Amino acid sequence: MLEIKGLSINYGGIEAVRDISFVVPSGQIVTLVGANGAGKSSTLRSIIGLVKAKSGSIKLAGKELMGSSTDEIVRNGITLVPEGRHVFPDQTVLENLKIGAYLRKGNLDEDIEKVYSIFPRLKERSWQAAGTLSGGEQQMLAVGRALMANPKLIMMDEPSLGLAPIIVNEIFEIIKRVNEVGTTVLLVEQNANMALHVADKAYVIENGRITIEGTGKELLKDERVKKAYLGTTA
Amino acid sequence: MKVKEKRNLILSIVAVLLCCLYLFILESDSVVHSYAITIIERSCIYAVAAVSMNLIIGFTGQFSLGTAGFMCIGAYITGVLTIPVEMRDQIFYLYGMASWLHDIKLPLIVTLILCAVVCAGIAALIGWPVLRLKSDYLAIATLGFSEIIRAIFGWDGLGKITNASYGVSNIPEFKSIFECVIISAVCIVIMILLVNSSYGRAFKAIRDDDVAAEAMGINLFRTKQLSFVVTSAFAGVAGGLLAVYMRSAVTSTFTVALTYNILLMVVLGGIGSISGSILGAFIVTGSQEWLRFLDREYTWSELIPGIGNTGFGAMNVPLLRNGFRMVVFSLLLMLVVLFWNHGLTGSKEITWDRLINGAKKLMRSKKEKAVSEAE
Repeated sequence: MLEIKGLSINYGGIEAVRDISFVVPSGQIVTLVGANGAGKSSTLRSIIGLVKAKSGSIKLAGKELMGSSTDEIVRNGITLVPEGRHVFPDQTVLENLKIGAYLRKGNLDEDIEKVYSIFPRLKERSWQAAGTLSGGEQQMLAVGRALMANPKLIMMDEPSLGLAPIIVNEIFEIIKRVNEVGTTVLLVEQNANMALHVADKAYVIENGRITIEGTGKELLKDERVKKAYLGTTA
Repeated sequence: MKVKEKRNLILSIVAVLLCCLYLFILESDSVVHSYAITIIERSCIYAVAAVSMNLIIGFTGQFSLGTAGFMCIGAYITGVLTIPVEMRDQIFYLYGMASWLHDIKLPLIVTLILCAVVCAGIAALIGWPVLRLKSDYLAIATLGFSEIIRAIFGWDGLGKITNASYGVSNIPEFKSIFECVIISAVCIVIMILLVNSSYGRAFKAIRDDDVAAEAMGINLFRTKQLSFVVTSAFAGVAGGLLAVYMRSAVTSTFTVALTYNILLMVVLGGIGSISGSILGAFIVTGSQEWLRFLDREYTWSELIPGIGNTGFGAMNVPLLRNGFRMVVFSLLLMLVVLFWNHGLTGSKEITWDRLINGAKKLMRSKKEKAVSEAE
């Protein structure tokens, strides 16, 4: 579905991402794992147009999106759950969800119900200000908000960041559920262990380059990945 | 839920009818009630300005202070296009009115729409560079713009159109109080509709978190631009109304102080609350009048009956003299800011539910007090 070819991103003269290529097949969960500063978030941000890439091609279902503005890209069916959740704290859960559907016209009730069915907790709190939710609930809201745009592809930037381990498990359950209802997921994670367990396909990014790729299971067994990211040695 | 909605609708209709009734009473004898009429007209005009300013500051989170400049544009457009043709030579005796403009006279409504359109156009132009700035820098740039406008309208070179520093006078006044109130109400209703639309949600999203807003596909620049254009258009209308109210348009009215005065109404009422801005406009305008008694000098005998006009009774009450009103007003403001530091209404709107719940709470606490006292 999403095809990235030769993507390079520069930040003020520093090459954050160098000539990376990968594919996200329709209906799958694909993850990019790597250390801090490896270029994972930059990749996501350039796919959605928040950062302009230097060169390369970004194709969604055959359509070139390189150089398009963020609103066009969202309209084409890609949404981003930003790192650190970024919910609108003073607005209610319901209002947050409605903003997610900003670019769509028409009746939202059905879609809101759909999001509530995935996240029953959000329904209970629909009138609460988003800032009063717990970290895990805010992450659910951020995902729900991104789903309101009816995306073909949802990209999540470090959804487990700053959450308690038990909540992290819950978040990964949610990622699986979102995928099951038919949305393709591109996941960026530092928590390689969890990410590789849910991923159909995984890429390891180091210093702006893809160094290892394979299915989630393959990478879990890969010696280099084990050593560098999973903290276990054979 | 349904019952509550019905109740709120009925209450709203009753409130509007009561307001109309009050205005009819004032209108029926406009000479006797002229003081009240001027206060209400002034408050309504400032309410339009305050709500429009709240749109960009409170809802979109962009600290723009160009209101006075746009009001100035509106005031001059209205002034120049509505003064009676036969008086124009007399008003423009120094410069002579430009001949192409001399015989153009438009009805007030048309002029006000023109104000909105012109101000929107100018806002779109200056918004293009200026809205790339953030917070303080945006405030400084728009403040500067506002002063430039004032300088341009006071410039001799434009004397044939604006009458330069003499300004435009003899603008025909409102035909009745309803003209002013209804125009203001329509403006405010349009802005309320905008805030409650998906554009309004986008404004608030940008205010709360521009990173997330952008990721949601909200075009930051275009949305800010929209908010700025609408704000400026209604500031222009408010300026036009103000010119009609004062029956003149002079650049000295539209100083930075005017912008601050409107900002005061917005902050006092509650940033991000339309009903708050309206309340703020009425309170600030009204209390500056109601406190006028403080500007008079009194002797003690006038305040305390039966102490005679000699000795202590003949002495002036300290502090009460011309200008003391503003001292008290400022103190009241400080108290409000101290105790309601999000403004009187906070960022929430005043709704019937809120009012009724508040009244119920008050009744309950009174009852409890009575019970505890009885015990």
